[in-house]
Amino acid sequence: MKLTIKYFGLVAEAANKFEEVMELNGELTARELKERCLNGLSIRDKDSVQIAVNQNLDDKITLKDGDEVALLPPFAGG
Amino acid sequence: MDKKKPKKVFVQGAIPPEKIAQSVANHQSKTDIGAHSIFLGQIRADEMEGKTVTAIDYSAYEEMAEKVFHEIREVAFAKFDITCAHIYHSLGKVKVGEICLFVFTSSAHRKIAIEATNFFVEEIKAKVPVFGKEIFEDETHQWKVNK
Repeated sequence: MKLTIKYFGLVAEAANKFEEVMELNGELTARELKERCLNGLSIRDKDSVQIAVNQNLDDKITLKDGDEVALLPPFAGG
Repeated sequence: MDKKKPKKVFVQGAIPPEKIAQSVANHQSKTDIGAHSIFLGQIRADEMEGKTVTAIDYSAYEEMAEKVFHEIREVAFAKFDITCAHIYHSLGKVKVGEICLFVFTSSAHRKIAIEATNFFVEEIKAKVPVFGKEIFEDETHQWKVNK
């Protein structure tokens, strides 16, 4: 399956990219993808990073072909 | 006019004080309104380890943020008897002392407008995917986290 992964804020900074397209085989939950993407990145509090799948926060969902996934550091609006 | 229709929230750079005055002026013809409630978020010159914040550079997951803003509006209109509500949030660099968030609600009576504005501000801070890079005077930075 092909996924679009978007990186924001401190996650984008640590990954040194804003977006990538990833080809993956097999079943994977959003949480597993998050762990895979954050692995090796210099981020102090990885638990504070949330994952959105097609703009909905949900780390338990099983990913499917064409999903847009976003790695979101803590919100800081206002 | 459909008062719940999605509206563009993000503006590039600081929100000019004139925009706030203009928004007030725009509501003078709506004579069923008896109270406006306004919240303005301003960039604070926080000090950390001897360094002072000079600006915040805002970014956002814009498509999701616009969707969440719309959902917050839907809930607010169901929960509070407000006449209208307007939200503007900055993207890009906003210097200390400048305005980065403008929430404006109107109602027949003050309590409803005040409660609705509080609701919007708390929901925005908790749920909207906006990120803030706090820039210090020496050009180093750290990432802001809402408390």
